[in-house]
Amino acid sequence: MEKTLATPFADHDPPSEEEDVQFAVFTEERQGLLTRVQHFLPVFPTAVPLIVLILSLAGFGLFAGKGFFSAYNMSLIVQQVSIIGVLAAAQSLIILTAGIDLSVAATMVLCSAVAGQLSVKLGLSLIIGLPLSFAAGAGIGWLNGFLITRVKLPAFIATLGTWNIFYALNLYLSGAQSIRGSDIDTAAPILKFFGRSVSLFGTQITYGSFLLVIVFGILWYALNKTAWGRHVYAVGDDKEAAELAGIPTDRVLMSVYVVAGLICALAGWSAIGRIGAVSPTSFYEGNLQSITAAVIGGISLFGGRGSILGPLLGALIVGVFQSGLRIGGVDVLWQFFAIGWLIIFAVAIDQWIRKFSA
Amino acid sequence: MTETVQPVLSARNLVKKYGRVVAIDHADFDLLPGEILGVIGDNGAGKSSLIKALSGAIRIDSGDIALEGRPVSFASPIEARQSGIETVYQTLALSPALSICENMFLGREIYSDNIFGRLFHQLDRNRMTVIAREKLAELGLLTIQNIQQPVETLSGGQRQGVAVARAAAFGSKVIILDEPTAALGVKESRKVLDLILEVRARGVPIVLISHKMPHVFEICDRIHVHRLGKRAAVVKPGEISMSDAVAIMTGALQVPAA
Repeated sequence: MEKTLATPFADHDPPSEEEDVQFAVFTEERQGLLTRVQHFLPVFPTAVPLIVLILSLAGFGLFAGKGFFSAYNMSLIVQQVSIIGVLAAAQSLIILTAGIDLSVAATMVLCSAVAGQLSVKLGLSLIIGLPLSFAAGAGIGWLNGFLITRVKLPAFIATLGTWNIFYALNLYLSGAQSIRGSDIDTAAPILKFFGRSVSLFGTQITYGSFLLVIVFGILWYALNKTAWGRHVYAVGDDKEAAELAGIPTDRVLMSVYVVAGLICALAGWSAIGRIGAVSPTSFYEGNLQSITAAVIGGISLFGGRGSILGPLLGALIVGVFQSGLRIGGVDVLWQFFAIGWLIIFAVAIDQWIRKFSA
Repeated sequence: MTETVQPVLSARNLVKKYGRVVAIDHADFDLLPGEILGVIGDNGAGKSSLIKALSGAIRIDSGDIALEGRPVSFASPIEARQSGIETVYQTLALSPALSICENMFLGREIYSDNIFGRLFHQLDRNRMTVIAREKLAELGLLTIQNIQQPVETLSGGQRQGVAVARAAAFGSKVIILDEPTAALGVKESRKVLDLILEVRARGVPIVLISHKMPHVFEICDRIHVHRLGKRAAVVKPGEISMSDAVAIMTGALQVPAA
């Protein structure tokens, strides 16, 4: 009787005599070249943007001629990407959590408008103007985080909304007018601090360029060396798993949006130095450019993957393309053409890595 | 069976209702020291609600839970974990892109013993690596290397191994395993069962929820049969046939007064 009844348990397999010694023994098998590349890329996610950067530098050096490789031009490229680069740092932090922030550029411009209006137009002390612009950045980040974690809006929708709202507020606050550089110089010259520069061996390195490197350096430390950084990756990788593992996922997300808001405020300060004025209509496409740099830098839009140093390289790649094509005398439309292909190439690589690591 | 042994984890008269649906209907539960307790029950019998109540994932409406004789009440899985109850979920709760080592310490990282550790929660990777390697080796999961590889490069059984090792490393009092072999093939199931026996050998009692009757009968010391939201019987694998256990589970066999 028992034998016949036991048939529903056909999946019962007696312990096999021959033990499978391969189980849970973390050894590496011999792999083909392609497989090795696939395993290498997730471990060194900055390899692809680094190679692309070196190749594009070499390519444009040949193509655009001598002027391209001058020390001055190299430092100019860094200057030109210094604002978008910092925005890309904020953007990448958010994309690592599987989010997206369409409002980074609007946040940045609004923060610079707050600083400019309070210190220059209203004549308040910088001790009030600058901290309030950072408070605005943090508040905006908090609002985005609140909409995403509490109201449960998708990040794309929440920040599409706040982008428009902050753009309107920025136009209202500034009366749709720029604050001229000469006015800043008399009332609050420190707002143009990041536009100052040092000259070394023919280069001209602005403080804003140093800021770019410092921001990425700090984020690299935070993301790779601290518990918070690991939690950011875990939340972006698999939010539910992170929650079950005991990570306060909503608090991590909130912190990410607030930090991103603060970085945007910093970019806003730096932007005043870069363009020499407070302009409410500047950097209108900054959000898309920041996403471009992040994606070319190998940050996966699905979250949890990519090194924070990638977007720095991504921003530099865009800068190298723009500079090289301009010095080579190529019509500006080909910049867009080339960067479009770069984005597609970068995301295709990301998909390829994901396919083999899943 | 004598009643002199104090259960590690016990519950009396648990009730949990979702609206009009009674998920747990005055259920009792006992886990004795050093045992593997199987929990079986038909789909919808309420065994996962029972387990969620014990691991803090849901709050019960009424009833008492006691850990080592002391009444406890968990508001969240994190509280249960802090009391020494570790749960390995069916989904494993591993972060695929993070390394084996990082996953073992996910949510309870060790900070550097310096100013950076205190201020920024800087990770002490060396210590975490040493401890992770030690814990994996204790369970026979690690022969040589590379615990820095991402979890997504592992097979299903290896991932289960990492999740169980994580629970064993931190679960000081109770480990709850939810369907650990459900998604695995024959050989990998075998290894996970051996791993569970290994964990028991180290003295930590285990609650094993499983649909795979042969696995339950092979490694469990006692089997809690859940039916219609409550404990229908507790049986011993040696004293009852698999088919009779299923009969109790489905109500075809009435239990002799326990």
